[in-house]
Amino acid sequence: MNSKKVRILVAKPGLDGHDRGARVVARALRDAGFEVIYTGLHQTPEQIAETALQEDVDAVGLSILSGAHMTLVPRVKKLLRDNGMGDVLMVVGGIIPEDDGRELINNGHADQVFTPGEPLDNITDYIGSKIRS
Amino acid sequence: MQQLVTELLQGNRRAAARLISLVENDDPQKRELLKDLYPHTGNAYVIGVTGAPGSGKSSLVDWLLKLMRKDGLKVGVIAVDPTSPFSGGAILGDRIRMQDHALDQDIFIRSMGTRGSLGGLSRATREAIQVMDAFGKDIVLIETVGVGQSEIDIVRTADSTLVVLTPAGGDSVQTIKAGIMEIADVFAVNKSDLPGSDRTVTEVNMMLDMKKSKEWRPPVIPTVSLINEGIDQLWEALQEHRRYMEESGRLLDIRRERVGRELTEQVEYLVKSSIWNQVKEEIELESLVEKIVHRRQDPYSAAADLLDKINFYGQEAEEGD
Repeated sequence: MNSKKVRILVAKPGLDGHDRGARVVARALRDAGFEVIYTGLHQTPEQIAETALQEDVDAVGLSILSGAHMTLVPRVKKLLRDNGMGDVLMVVGGIIPEDDGRELINNGHADQVFTPGEPLDNITDYIGSKIRS
Repeated sequence: MQQLVTELLQGNRRAAARLISLVENDDPQKRELLKDLYPHTGNAYVIGVTGAPGSGKSSLVDWLLKLMRKDGLKVGVIAVDPTSPFSGGAILGDRIRMQDHALDQDIFIRSMGTRGSLGGLSRATREAIQVMDAFGKDIVLIETVGVGQSEIDIVRTADSTLVVLTPAGGDSVQTIKAGIMEIADVFAVNKSDLPGSDRTVTEVNMMLDMKKSKEWRPPVIPTVSLINEGIDQLWEALQEHRRYMEESGRLLDIRRERVGRELTEQVEYLVKSSIWNQVKEEIELESLVEKIVHRRQDPYSAAADLLDKINFYGQEAEEGD
């Protein structure tokens, strides 16, 4: 019997110190049946990529409220690619201006960007449908 | 798949991670993979860390990792957190305390959800140990879920078991209860800067001194993981216990018991799956259930009939001839 579970790393890169949002999303993902690896604050892109590798995750969710998303997201994505994990779903959440979000997606750094006000169900449904398909 | 095993033996971390996923997901090829890994296992020493939620297991593991690395040991960590019985999801958060080691190439940390297992470990903990063992880790540290009194599967899995207590955990009757207080090879009384710590240490010591057999007397080490106090003594105590296990022959004894249990389980697994494969092909279980639920048959004779139908006893007789 195969019992594959979806594993997702929820990480906070960089210097911002607010993780309430990340925790709320982590909790929602748990309730949607995901295994959520949560690593806490102040992670470097290197730590995130290596954790994603060791935990063999299907998706990475980055929570960024600091404004450094245009630097951090491409960096994490590049390191994941270097690890042979370029196919891992990359979801970003936080205070991301629309233009930046579009740019991250168009340049292949992120698969989806969620901003404040997004219903939790949308986030869990999106990740679930992307990975199970 | 074979490729994965080869890569693992060459030290590829991605291969290790993927193999753990395969065994954890009960992949159809799991048994084949474990078979290939087995000749490369048997070198890792397994240390279990257990205790109540929030007692400081992860923080102690973090400090122990630092000391182990100083001694040049390669370490694998399996950190278990509970799976929700409702959604099947889990928050695996033990790594938060260990992220200093995330970039150390000689430490491999893996978080696992219990996925229905109730003894404090995950369903596939044992298999994940095999993977890390074959991967060349000298020590595999297992952090159980936060436990209460009786989730003590760890004692059957680890070579040394560290039980983490905190001060003010109830009166001295708690120390003589069966279960978790019996399985420790080493006790840590963590957060021992808090009031009540001396009393907890004394009560555990009194409980331990009541025991007649003195072959290995578990030490009780006060620690404060917040400020790295007592960790050197804790690591020393764990090494002391390992020396005792190896020199007294106890290690070989418990590994013998473990392999015996494992063999029994594997035989039972093979017998069970061969029976159910045949049953599924030949008999409709639902109609039997229907009969039993309407009291037209009892489950005891139905089970016996079922085995008759697939000629279970007949096969046995033939083999005996």
